[in-house]
Amino acid sequence: MKEDNTPPALTNHEVARYSRHLIMPEVGMEGQLKLKAARALCIGAGGLGSPVALYLAAAGVGTLGIVDFDAVDYSNLQRQIIHGTPDVGRSKLESAKTRLNALNPEVDVVTHEMALSAQNALALFADYDLVIDGTDNFPTRYLVNDACVLGGIPNVYGSIFRFEGQASVFATKDGPCYRCMFPEPPPPGLVPSCAEGGVLGILPGVVGTLQATEAIKLILGVGESLVGRFLLFDALKMRFRELKVRKDPDCPVCGTHPTVTQLIDYEQFCGVAPVTPAVATTPEAEDEVTVEQLKTRLDRQDAFLLLDVREPQEFQICRIPGSVLIPLGDLPSRLSEVEGRDDIVVHCKSGVRSGKAVRLLREAGYSQARNLKGGILAWIDRIDPTLPKY
Amino acid sequence: MAHKILIPTPLRVYAGKQEVVEAEGRTVGELLENMAAEYTELRGHLYTEDGKLRSFVNIYVNDDDIRYLEKEETPLAPGDTVSIIPSVAGGGPA
Repeated sequence: MKEDNTPPALTNHEVARYSRHLIMPEVGMEGQLKLKAARALCIGAGGLGSPVALYLAAAGVGTLGIVDFDAVDYSNLQRQIIHGTPDVGRSKLESAKTRLNALNPEVDVVTHEMALSAQNALALFADYDLVIDGTDNFPTRYLVNDACVLGGIPNVYGSIFRFEGQASVFATKDGPCYRCMFPEPPPPGLVPSCAEGGVLGILPGVVGTLQATEAIKLILGVGESLVGRFLLFDALKMRFRELKVRKDPDCPVCGTHPTVTQLIDYEQFCGVAPVTPAVATTPEAEDEVTVEQLKTRLDRQDAFLLLDVREPQEFQICRIPGSVLIPLGDLPSRLSEVEGRDDIVVHCKSGVRSGKAVRLLREAGYSQARNLKGGILAWIDRIDPTLPKY
Repeated sequence: MAHKILIPTPLRVYAGKQEVVEAEGRTVGELLENMAAEYTELRGHLYTEDGKLRSFVNIYVNDDDIRYLEKEETPLAPGDTVSIIPSVAGGGPA
């Protein structure tokens, strides 16, 4: 912990609040004062950030920074327990700050309404003792890791997908970093996001509390941390596994001869283009159709196949009348079902999976396959608002 | 001799939706080759076009990364379990 801020003793209110900590030898007055002096930064006030921030605030971590730039949405509430129904539409940071102040007014909650970037990360991290990474994309994962290594502060890592979680502690002085474990990101589109693949609501609760536990242990300097260990959690099996992570001497950022000595362009590193609103307004490519064009063709009763490549669970939530369901993953083995149907419009939720399906169909010789731009979400927005959005 | 290979959730769709598959092999490389021969859709996710293991694919024998053993030459003993460990990014807003 940084030495420049000698904490004052606890007030009587604080003694009462933290009494269950104070009577434990592993925490005690000394430990509680370390917590009070500590400055922790949560990246994201979402699924992982919710339990992390709640527990760190409850534990009395003196300064709790949170980075986010999103607003609360109904679809967040299934897992992002720091926010409530009245918060829908509010900024996540405002919502989180209100909740944390109510939980523990002794904590200084510092909100950073920004997208973390290579330009702002190092200056931001310099004000903190440790970072808890709860982001949802690869560019930010690598950015957080590199900024932690360069800034010399630990990165308490957690990640989730469907029923499985991962946790570790990276970027400590002698331990491995995220790049030692994952030197390169997978190409875009290979690993589905939670928005595409779903996530069990309780899973970020489990993984986030693991992260909060590790953060508190690092601050207190007690126990054995996850440094050098990669914890895997399977909620369906209710089983934990552990893998060894070694510090890679050839690691480009934390190795003995680092080649990454300042922050880089992480969108480029991960092969993804930054999202620009301009994309949404570009005219459709020749392999795309708009929802308005689809509506016209359906009304005219044109002879074409409307292929839905979402999962059966999504098909049950809402569907476009007349569509045929073949999930993207099954499409290669079920191509015979579209045989002879050259005129095909493919859709999914937002257009990403159907784009892959169109490429697959065109490679298989279906040269007239077209992608419904914006997917069923655009259909709901512009054609049939009575359907539920998910 | 047959060994178990644990398939991570994102790749199960390419392995007949199974979480565990079995394949034969004296080394990790042989085992993965045999698995990819059976589950051809997995091949592109594990190997580059010139047949090298992709750099973002982490292969573990029990709890050890093969990069710190003998890579694809790592010999397999009876009862060894091989895991493919994906990097997943999920956690925040989404």
